[in-house]
Amino acid sequence: MDRSIFLAGAAGEGIQTIGDVVARCFLSHGYPVFATQEYESRIRGGRSSVRLRVGDVPRNAPRSDADVLLAINPDAQAHYLGALRPDGLVISPDPGEPGPQGPYRLEIPFVPLATAHGGEELYANSVAAGALCAAAGLPFAILEAVLSASFAKRGDDIVRANLAAARAGFDLAANRLPEQARHSLPRREERYAFASAHETIPIAAAAAGCRFIAAYPMSPSTGIITAFARDPDLGAFAEQAEDEIAAIHMALGASAAGARAMTATSGGGFALMAEAISLAGMIETPIVILLAQRPGPATGLPTRTAQEDLSFAIRAGHGEFPRAVFAPSDPQEAIDLAIRAFDLADRYQLPVILMTDQFLADARFSLPPFALPEEIPPAALADPAGLEAYVRYALTESGISPRLAFGQGGRIVCIDSDEHTPEGHITEDLARVRPAAVKKRLEKARRLRREIRPPAFDRTEDATLILVGWGSTRTAISEAIDRLRADGRAVGSIHFAELWPLPELDPPRRAEYWTIEGNATGQLASLLRGELGWPIAGTIGRSDGLPIDARFVVERMP
Amino acid sequence: MTRPEEYQSPVENQWCPGCPNFGILAALQRALARLGLAPHEVCLVSGIGQAAKLPHYVNANVYNGLHGRAIPAAIGIHVANPRLKTIVTSGDGDLYGEGGNHLLHAFRRNPDIAVIVHNNRIYALTKGQGSPTTPRGERTRLQFDGVAIDPSQMLATAIVHGCTFVARGFAGEIDGLAEILRRAIAHPGLSLVDVIQPCITWGEHPVAWYRERVVPVPADHDPADRGRALALATDVEDAFPTGVLYEAAPRPTFAAAYRERTGGRPLVELERIDRARLERRLAEFIVAS
Repeated sequence: MDRSIFLAGAAGEGIQTIGDVVARCFLSHGYPVFATQEYESRIRGGRSSVRLRVGDVPRNAPRSDADVLLAINPDAQAHYLGALRPDGLVISPDPGEPGPQGPYRLEIPFVPLATAHGGEELYANSVAAGALCAAAGLPFAILEAVLSASFAKRGDDIVRANLAAARAGFDLAANRLPEQARHSLPRREERYAFASAHETIPIAAAAAGCRFIAAYPMSPSTGIITAFARDPDLGAFAEQAEDEIAAIHMALGASAAGARAMTATSGGGFALMAEAISLAGMIETPIVILLAQRPGPATGLPTRTAQEDLSFAIRAGHGEFPRAVFAPSDPQEAIDLAIRAFDLADRYQLPVILMTDQFLADARFSLPPFALPEEIPPAALADPAGLEAYVRYALTESGISPRLAFGQGGRIVCIDSDEHTPEGHITEDLARVRPAAVKKRLEKARRLRREIRPPAFDRTEDATLILVGWGSTRTAISEAIDRLRADGRAVGSIHFAELWPLPELDPPRRAEYWTIEGNATGQLASLLRGELGWPIAGTIGRSDGLPIDARFVVERMP
Repeated sequence: MTRPEEYQSPVENQWCPGCPNFGILAALQRALARLGLAPHEVCLVSGIGQAAKLPHYVNANVYNGLHGRAIPAAIGIHVANPRLKTIVTSGDGDLYGEGGNHLLHAFRRNPDIAVIVHNNRIYALTKGQGSPTTPRGERTRLQFDGVAIDPSQMLATAIVHGCTFVARGFAGEIDGLAEILRRAIAHPGLSLVDVIQPCITWGEHPVAWYRERVVPVPADHDPADRGRALALATDVEDAFPTGVLYEAAPRPTFAAAYRERTGGRPLVELERIDRARLERRLAEFIVAS
């Protein structure tokens, strides 16, 4: 089974609520769901969709076609009808006349049923959820349990009204469903963790000891600071800054004073932070910057997805200094890399950029239960007891100086954005101090590179064509390879999660190499050609603001 | 009690000989000594410019960050370690110009930091351009026909924005300035001290010109009188009332609720969040039957 369900409506019509309820119904019945959403940058109106992909095994990658389209309004129905498969099903108040070969039509008057059975229009979402569950072959008892749990806090009356509306939608759909579309899903015992990367990252950051986050709201990054603000148990101080510049400087100040600190933003805000990233490199102060990408340039497409900021993330900031850039591909890898980001930032005393995108921010994956790494490294601050006269930027073989927070152990710590002496004071000693300081910073970069993990190799052993990707596209590329291999093509992939410093690595075999990227210019391709001399033949790039899916890759194969 | 000498730093001073910045430096060292703070309990935060070099000349913790960004850095430092006395010291171009927006929002946040503005009414390190406080009409090395816009009125703005300690000092009166700084640093919440610091290289007027025009706030001035304070805070040509212009009852300081939860401890001393609790959070993502 591999069913794709689109819920379509205008912003403010509640399709997210319906999607969440129906996803939980499938999951509690034992079926994994992959849920994505795409929406316009507005508060009301427009067209948006929630997409559920349900299967008997997790397929955590988007599908651009639909088996079922539930449309709340006629405009959304017309807009998304093109995605419906020929044998698909439309559920809506006015699905139109059935064609000779389908799609099948299921007419459900959401609002009249809501008014008649729930007592108010606002229960239309429960009517829709009921209809969808009936069409999906889920028993009503599952929906009853999920709705009861969802609305329990709002009181018995609200629960009863929602259940009555849902029951009406469910029964009408069960009666009207075309014979060919009727089926029943058997219950299974499988259980899945269901979350997005932006839901797991704050928990991972808390586990890593993050105690401070400052950020300015910007789609699609806002969920990160919101999670900390909403949940005091995560233990971090969360501040909405007046701008992204203030956000990163607050975090750097907190970090210099000993707190593990982070900020989160998207491309435009990250651009404002560029000077401070250079500062972090100069003052050797750890910071984790979450960069949730969306299409640019400038304001671009605020609610859509892209992988357009790789070159920028690697180069942002004036002057030369070390940094690390990571890009996870799912919520579990996001946990691992977030914890690693704090550790490396701390041990190497530098900025680490953790790159996600709107797709990864919003997409909920079905995965085995999430786990924290067995070992979470402790903070890397020095022990003042073991230090003689304290010198903040003492020259060492590794380039890494023992770091103390201000006043720690009664010590005085001097930090300076100018080129500085080991003691942290302004210098213009071009003959000795400057060369030693440059060497110190670059020595850290050299050592950091040796710690970077290689990319993941997938079915490359016999591959004549190797697709190279990074970040959030891993599962879509993997599915594309499944399909291409089923057609007899020897295709494999290499996927980068740790992108900078690039690990020293030769192409594993003689093959044709193409990058798959959410941008138009092939930023990873440029990087691999320029830094590692890889013979990248070309790029399959997507820059329309939608996530890369398997079909997109397969249809563009060289 | 500490002695001012304990705050002396061996770092070579880069200021012009005779610069009134030396007066601010001496006044700050005296103020810190009078407060009995040990050098490691003080963190001096600055941006960029000649004034922003001051922290290097004091034996204390130093965060010399980027131009205009001392305020947000100081806020982060103060939240991360409330036991430190965090003091911002930078120029008028840095704090009123490049970082003006941060200062506006800092008034709203009211962190427990003191902000000392070396106000020389000129950009000195970049060799003589107009600053946010240069009087209208004054000719500079960039505004050749005279500055065509009005100076900012940040002291009045501070009062309007709820800042509870607003003072004006004069770098040429070290004793008086030291006392203003002592009170500012001791005051809970954000305190703003604008220090008239004539630039002896690029300034329009010599120190003596300012000395003739600096007057103490009237003896009968009640610093709680907001209306009178506003009048004193608003720049009038050729007269500079110095002293505490406005002092109101302290407001709750920034991050007070978080400090309550963490016992006011530096964040570096807090234990890691219990692993089992976070694992429970992750387990909540599992959808049960």
